[in-house]
Amino acid sequence: MATAAALPTERQNYLNSNYGWKSWLLTTDHKRIAILYLISITFMFFIGGFFATMIRLELLTPAGDLMTSDTYNKMFSMHGIVMVFFFLIPSIPATLGNFFIPMMIGAKDLAFPRLNLLSWYIYIVSAGLMIYVILTGGVDTGWTFYPPFSTTYSNSNVVLAGIAVFINGFSSILTGLNFIVTTHRMRAPGLTWNRLPLFVWSHYATSVIQVLGTPVVAITVALVAIERLWHVGIFDPKVGGDPVLFQHLFWFYSHPAVYIMILPSMAVMSEVVTCFSRKRIFGYHFVALASIAIAVLGFLVWAHHLFVAGISAYAALVFSLLSYFVAVPSAIKVFNWTATMYKGQISYATPMLYAFGFIGLFTMGGMTGLFLASLGIDVHVTDTYFVIAHFHFIMVGGAVMAYLSGIHFWWPKMTGKMYPEGWGKVAAGLVFIGFNLTFLPQFVLGYMGMPRRYHAYSGEFQVLNVLSTAGASILAIGYLLPLVYLLWSLRYGKDAGPNPWNAIGLEWMTSSPPPTHNFDETPVVTWEAYEYDHAPQEVPVGN
Amino acid sequence: MATSTEVVAQHSLQHHFANMEQQRESSTLGMWIFLVTEILFFGGLFTAYVVYRSMYPDVWEMGSTHMEFWPGTINTIVLLCSSLTVALSVRAAAMGAQKTTALLLLVTVLMGFGFCGIKAYEYHHHWVEGTIPGNLWHYNVAENPDGTHSVPPHELQLFFFLYFVMTGLHALHVIIGMCILSTIAFFAWKGKYTPEYHNPVHISGLYWHFVDLVWIFLYPLLYLIANKHV
Amino acid sequence: MSEHILPKRMYLLVWAALMGLMVLTAVLSRVPMGREVNTIIALIIAAIKATLVLLFFMHLKYESYKLSAVVFVAGFFWLLIFFGLTLTDYLSRHAFGAPH
Repeated sequence: MATAAALPTERQNYLNSNYGWKSWLLTTDHKRIAILYLISITFMFFIGGFFATMIRLELLTPAGDLMTSDTYNKMFSMHGIVMVFFFLIPSIPATLGNFFIPMMIGAKDLAFPRLNLLSWYIYIVSAGLMIYVILTGGVDTGWTFYPPFSTTYSNSNVVLAGIAVFINGFSSILTGLNFIVTTHRMRAPGLTWNRLPLFVWSHYATSVIQVLGTPVVAITVALVAIERLWHVGIFDPKVGGDPVLFQHLFWFYSHPAVYIMILPSMAVMSEVVTCFSRKRIFGYHFVALASIAIAVLGFLVWAHHLFVAGISAYAALVFSLLSYFVAVPSAIKVFNWTATMYKGQISYATPMLYAFGFIGLFTMGGMTGLFLASLGIDVHVTDTYFVIAHFHFIMVGGAVMAYLSGIHFWWPKMTGKMYPEGWGKVAAGLVFIGFNLTFLPQFVLGYMGMPRRYHAYSGEFQVLNVLSTAGASILAIGYLLPLVYLLWSLRYGKDAGPNPWNAIGLEWMTSSPPPTHNFDETPVVTWEAYEYDHAPQEVPVGN
Repeated sequence: MATSTEVVAQHSLQHHFANMEQQRESSTLGMWIFLVTEILFFGGLFTAYVVYRSMYPDVWEMGSTHMEFWPGTINTIVLLCSSLTVALSVRAAAMGAQKTTALLLLVTVLMGFGFCGIKAYEYHHHWVEGTIPGNLWHYNVAENPDGTHSVPPHELQLFFFLYFVMTGLHALHVIIGMCILSTIAFFAWKGKYTPEYHNPVHISGLYWHFVDLVWIFLYPLLYLIANKHV
Repeated sequence: MSEHILPKRMYLLVWAALMGLMVLTAVLSRVPMGREVNTIIALIIAAIKATLVLLFFMHLKYESYKLSAVVFVAGFFWLLIFFGLTLTDYLSRHAFGAPH
């Protein structure tokens, strides 16, 4: 046929190299595994989102009229478990990290491709188990599984949910292990640590936390499951056990886990901010080392979750002090991104809009974190909506914003198609407005004393709760829009070309979508990261 | 012309590595990182141990008197010997003596069986004694050194809980190690490894040594607390 | 091959040392020196045994690639941080005249 012959033959890439479900389910290509992860975590995100919707609907009115308190307990528990373990922890590392770390360092694949596939299967098994738990009645312990409620009193399926979290941990560990070895051993010739994109640095720090922290939470939930099954009581005061020990063990992982969520977001930020400011990052070494500092210091602060749990006053003092320290490297990063933008050629493409949102919201989340680190205020606002608002500013305002920023930024590379820029901007705006409307009122609610985890509340809180629910509706639209137009772009989007943003980085030097082995020949790196001084000063699309 | 060993080496090189050295160092580093996750995995239990022992030092001493000295000590000897045979099997693999590798690994696996058997004997002993924490606990009358009887402190259950979880998790690692080493022994017997390519033997050996390391700490922490006479 | 092949004698020597230390720790545990001293001695001997296994059986001493050693030491160090910071709570629960 004449028309077919006239078309240039499509370049072989990782998407069209072979077809069929086997070529996906048995793939060891990090790019395909990233896509598998992307699909799975998006699915889990909307499950978690469903529970969030239920929570906000219930809180529209002061009375507990939509569901019973038991059902409400299950709603927020499963919202937390699904969002934390099945969306946020794997979100950026398992998708964007998986896809781009090998490309950014000029490698053909991660160091252990089969282990990478195994980690996805482990994720799928644990997610399947969690969905089974949800369908058979759910859990009501909160995502934190605190004993003695989880071990003795809860009537829900704590054991299976615990097993799901336990299994899921190993998927996270394997991803981290793979990234560490890959970063050490697979870098292209000439790509020294000082030339490494900050995306890789940040993911390296994340991986260190995953490797050091995750095993502890795994054994901890295992202990809860054992105690529940055989009534043996390691956290049971009846035989001299200490329930607070569970909280120590749990938060030894789960506080650093916050940095597992936010460090990859910072990774995305460093790439996006430099590209859309057309500038070298301000203070490369400080940003790189701040990632490592966050990973290390993040391990030394866990007991600030326990200030009112009965730990000693001396320990509370030590942990309060240490908690302030972790703000320093986080602040360094924020200052350096803003300094990077200063006098830059800023363009307002969708990824950059999300980046603006991230920087503002993360700063607010971080600052309110300092409130919570200080003993006096923490005692006042513990277990109120102030805490809820604080960590949603970090995890949603920070991590999810950055995730969306990264997805938009690299979508052209991953799929070869441009997303519709206009709709992108609309969605970014909706997410920002919706987010603030949802969670800013919750700071006030918390400060006024509205406790978390109750399905009914006193009438004076209603106005702010209605605002919050209204914001959540806008937020929901903001999240559904990208799902629609990104899928739409797969078929109808414009071809992106290898480098639609005129961005710097090895991943932009190969075709889009990339060929199966990423590069036709192994690149040799002779330049430092973010050399935007020598790049065109304009971003061709998105302005 | 490529020599025969180079051909073998190229055959066992995975496509995404540049050379054998990169592949070997990657898998070794990967194993060490995995062992670090194992340290922290056991670390949660060791932390619980440290906390409760600092709270109830007398109970811990009492619990230790329920540990039988000889089974624990013999198991320590067994594991230390098995570490030796694994180390020698890796050495044999590096020299190309694959049948020796396989045989030494087989001896190691047999010692693993011995370890598990003795462990099972001890567990049975605790079963009879009634010191299984939880609903099966029926150790309610303790005999004092002076011949009188008393009710044992209920914190004793904590000691036994940690004992069972720590040694149980360790035994699970022994069993996993036995499976891995059997597989490696099989492949070594089939002639899969060469002096250039024997890293699977090496990193499986690392795993076994780690299991030994854990026991090196468990032994004094569980068996040797009380100053009793053999 | 960059890997060293060590003489068989070395492995046997290390093994003999391990067995000797095991006998030592078992015997010393029978000598009443006070609970703390006994425990500390037992842990020191265990640490020596572990170091021998790490350096010789696990080849950390001969590994050309030093990162493995760094990784393992870091992991162990992290465990100590875990112990230490947890104990800041438990060992000071009754400090400052707090109620029991």
